[in-house]
Amino acid sequence: MNLHRFANPARFLRIARVVAPVAGWIAFAALLAGAAFGLVLSPPDYQQSETVRIMYVHVPSAWLALQTYVAMAIAAAVALVWKHPLADLFVKAAAPVGAGFTLLCLVSGSFWGRPTWGAWWVWDARLTSMLVLFFLYVGYIALSGAFDDEERGRRAGTVLVLTGIVDVPIVKFSVEWWNTLHQPASVFRLGGPTIAAEMLWPLGLMVVGFTAFFVWIVCVRLETELLTRKLRARLENSPG
Amino acid sequence: MSFVALVRRDLRLALRQGTDAFVSLLFFVLVLVLVPLAIGPEPQLLARVAPGLIWIAALLSVLLSLERMFQSEYEDGSLDQLALSGIPFALIVAAKVAAQWLTTGLPLLLAGPVLAAMLALPSHAQGVLLASLALGTPTLSLVGAIGAALVVGARRGGVLLALLVLPLYVPVLIFAAGAIDAAAAGLPARPHLLLLGGCLALSLPLAPLAAAAALKDALR
Repeated sequence: MNLHRFANPARFLRIARVVAPVAGWIAFAALLAGAAFGLVLSPPDYQQSETVRIMYVHVPSAWLALQTYVAMAIAAAVALVWKHPLADLFVKAAAPVGAGFTLLCLVSGSFWGRPTWGAWWVWDARLTSMLVLFFLYVGYIALSGAFDDEERGRRAGTVLVLTGIVDVPIVKFSVEWWNTLHQPASVFRLGGPTIAAEMLWPLGLMVVGFTAFFVWIVCVRLETELLTRKLRARLENSPG
Repeated sequence: MSFVALVRRDLRLALRQGTDAFVSLLFFVLVLVLVPLAIGPEPQLLARVAPGLIWIAALLSVLLSLERMFQSEYEDGSLDQLALSGIPFALIVAAKVAAQWLTTGLPLLLAGPVLAAMLALPSHAQGVLLASLALGTPTLSLVGAIGAALVVGARRGGVLLALLVLPLYVPVLIFAAGAIDAAAAGLPARPHLLLLGGCLALSLPLAPLAAAAALKDALR
């Protein structure tokens, strides 16, 4: 596939204007349905009773936190290698969203940890590596805004994002490499999921909702960025 | 050839300017001297926290020296001259990392055991402490070079540098302090040291490339 087909900002804007509202409505519907199933209709856990419902926010935000970073790293590589004009804009648009997901994951995990582990926070490998991921997001946001020349900030950011990718496998496999308090993967694993079907459905809906929300908000942010640029270029070129 | 010449040039600059090279070492010593004053002089307590504290102090003192790594040469234009010299840029970065390590990492290797003894670290853990410093501090310099290259020309570069680099230092801190902890407890430290060596083996070829890419952006 020719990546440069999507390098034209005008073509991207045309596509984004179709994709963004569709993704927005899918996000709205899926989050509403997922919340209804997850919070009301799904059964409480036999051990954790009602606290298990935190999972419907915690797990999707954790997945999206990692996936956003992977997507940003791929886009950063594309920006560095092919000088794709939209790739580094995507990285910048996605970073605050990813940071938000990471924070949501950490906070909801903390609320979940209090009743089940008896502590708000434990220095466990997965929690710590997730916290490091949060700092990587924050570092990117700080770095990309630290230069008078915006483009230089974005380019410096791509190098940082690619360097930070080493943390992603550590987060993913921390529950397998070290003995931790955090439970191992129970959905995507060899031999099928170990989670009950009544819980898997609302979880799936929430994941769809979170992903669609991500697509929607990144499209809107990219659109805003492109329009701002266009406006600025027009102001600079206008006489007087 | 050019690599050695660059390292010698940087070392000579560091020695002539004198104070710069010793500030990091002095910082390392001072941080560790403050510890017994803050938490009390009981030997058991100090021995328990010594591995982690020595490494935190090492991390911070390396961080302190990173900001100067490229910034001054960027400002006076010699970085542009080096970029035009035709030497591969990653090699220039590697030479600067080597010089930086020789002036800040190597002194820590000499001071580390003395301070560890003052913090009541058992003597059978001293060898592992030295090994962890020898394997870990070059990684700190290499990864730090990426951060230093990224913040060249940035507003408030120093604070930003800490935010960028410290999260990337976490693996080194964990494995290095883990190795000394294991040795102090009479357990094998080899697995930790091997992982620490792995970090070095990964960052040695990749970090100069990443830092060179970042520096080229700064010079454009």
